[in-house]
Amino acid sequence: MTAVTARITAKKRLGDRLFSGGALAAGALILVVLAGVAIFLVAQSIPAFLIDPSEIKGSPSSFWAYVGPLVFGTIWAAALALLIAVPIALGISLFISHYAPRRLAQGLGYTIDLLAAVPSVVFGLWGAGVLAPSIQPFYAWLVDNLGWFPLFAPPVSGTGRTILTVAIVLAVMILPIITALCREVFLQTPKLHEEAALALGATRWEMIKMAVLPFGRPGIISAVMLGLGRALGETMAVAMVLSPAAVISFVLTGPQNPTTIPANIALNYPEAHGSYVNVLIATGLILFVITFAVNSLARWAVARRKEFSGAN
Amino acid sequence: MKITRTGGIAALALVGALALTSCAANETPSGDGSSAPESTLSGTFNGAGASSQGAAQDAWVAAFQTANPKVTINYEQTGSGAGRETFIAGGSDWAGSDSALSDDELAKTFGSCAADSKAIDIPTYISPIAVIFNVEGVKELNLDAATLAKIFKGEITTWNDPAIAALNKGTTFPDTAITAVHRSDDSGTTKNFADYLNQVAPEVWDQKPADAFPYQTGEGAQGTSGVVNAVTNGSGTIGYADASKAGSLGTAKIKVGDEFVAYSPEAAAAVVAESPLVEGRAANDLAFKLDRKTTDPSHYPLVLVSYSIVCTEYADAAKGEFVKAYIGYITSAEGQKVAAESAGAAPLSADLAKKVADAIASIK
Repeated sequence: MTAVTARITAKKRLGDRLFSGGALAAGALILVVLAGVAIFLVAQSIPAFLIDPSEIKGSPSSFWAYVGPLVFGTIWAAALALLIAVPIALGISLFISHYAPRRLAQGLGYTIDLLAAVPSVVFGLWGAGVLAPSIQPFYAWLVDNLGWFPLFAPPVSGTGRTILTVAIVLAVMILPIITALCREVFLQTPKLHEEAALALGATRWEMIKMAVLPFGRPGIISAVMLGLGRALGETMAVAMVLSPAAVISFVLTGPQNPTTIPANIALNYPEAHGSYVNVLIATGLILFVITFAVNSLARWAVARRKEFSGAN
Repeated sequence: MKITRTGGIAALALVGALALTSCAANETPSGDGSSAPESTLSGTFNGAGASSQGAAQDAWVAAFQTANPKVTINYEQTGSGAGRETFIAGGSDWAGSDSALSDDELAKTFGSCAADSKAIDIPTYISPIAVIFNVEGVKELNLDAATLAKIFKGEITTWNDPAIAALNKGTTFPDTAITAVHRSDDSGTTKNFADYLNQVAPEVWDQKPADAFPYQTGEGAQGTSGVVNAVTNGSGTIGYADASKAGSLGTAKIKVGDEFVAYSPEAAAAVVAESPLVEGRAANDLAFKLDRKTTDPSHYPLVLVSYSIVCTEYADAAKGEFVKAYIGYITSAEGQKVAAESAGAAPLSADLAKKVADAIASIK
């Protein structure tokens, strides 16, 4: 045993050392960058917690009153986007991995990947210029006919630039990420599990329910969390599409919509000066914390599910 | 090598001087006066401030640098407030600002200026703000300040409201809801729009004008182009935007005195030229207290004025010389024409241009 260990140590070559050193440096670098961002955010945010809140735009009663609607808007928009995107993404990836003929699956896969390459500013232009005006009549119909339902409370937005439009745009943006990851995960399902299910008389849907989905669950969660991360951090598309206001409101089709932290920073930073800059950076710190919490949650969920995943 | 180059420059200067002196015999002296000092300008100069005059600044900088190849000018669009702060701290050579220096700011020490000297405000960019609308079947729209304020405050909510109908005899309005679109980002356009409403209809518009839209009503859109887009694509929409960006949208006439006035560059420049100056300022400070309440129908009071804030005396003489030449250029007939073409600005009226020229001449 000792002899074996000694031989391995002796065989360590220059290439090995260079590579392990390089990998270590890369790993350390990401921590340094993250720490750098965190230190910048915290240092720049401190004045925001100390200033007189009347200096903040809209003169809220405190910093928390200012950031509250933004936190709500960020999470609300991202949650709506996930609600729209996840079922569609699962459908597309299952279709590609288990239903579509091979040729079609390949073409569809490329198309989805292409969607991921479209810059967010283009989605913003599309959302503000095409989607919002064309979906407005539908919102008007919803409010006229379902106005009693709190989510569609009147008045209706005259331009269609509502949080629901933003959620649709965000959903389109996160769709490719979730789809691509889920597709890869579903393709990894052990053939034996699938064939065993089919051999026991399961239909294709039962096979997917019993073999593919349980196996892919951690992967699905990771994919959803990655999509959520992008939705939380999306800036330009939200800034361009949304008609924002400093409100906490669940209404999907109204003219007054809660805005998101990144969009609020993008809109106000160019003309901000003095301590208002610190306030905006402090909202960035809050977003950082939210994203961090979301990622930790995803990690925890994936780790917890590992033993039940059906893999091996 | 060095000797020949110096010799070359000397020869060029000699030839140039000869050529100029020979020209002086048959040309107007002003032609010589402007070309001779310009060629001596060199260096890098920095300005910062209002984004409203950003498009005009880009065009001015390009034209000025072409005429003075050794000069590099940077204009950073940081916003009016940040621009004034940077200038006071000495970080820039002049500031662009949608509002003149406040008394508090004037009491501070100016970093770029000579000891014990202060800064002055010079109006360099005037732009009418148009009220744009998109209502099916409505081509012309007359509004007064109170009605406009109520629309943007959300107190008038449908187009067939009696208050609107009373101002527009002979036009039938649909019963569609009004969607009032404002800027979602901070903007000098919003501040000037709010200032007009606050001055003329204070009983409705009770908020102090600021860069941010004050009420939680209507819809927000990003930037001038965002507002124009939202108004164009929406139904029953109304908004405000720099007049040059209104495009093919309908623009409302606003009530001045007993008449309804459409925006025009001349009417916008006229209201600035005939407004009183802010009292208690230095002799050459041209900070206007805009008379939005004017009743003269040749005026269009919904206008944005953007200033250049400069030192009366610079600590660095070279900077003084540059600012004098550059601000002189942008306020000249030629510079104002460039701004009109590139940004749709309203050129300074003749007598205002003269006051501005006098103020610039006093810069040291």
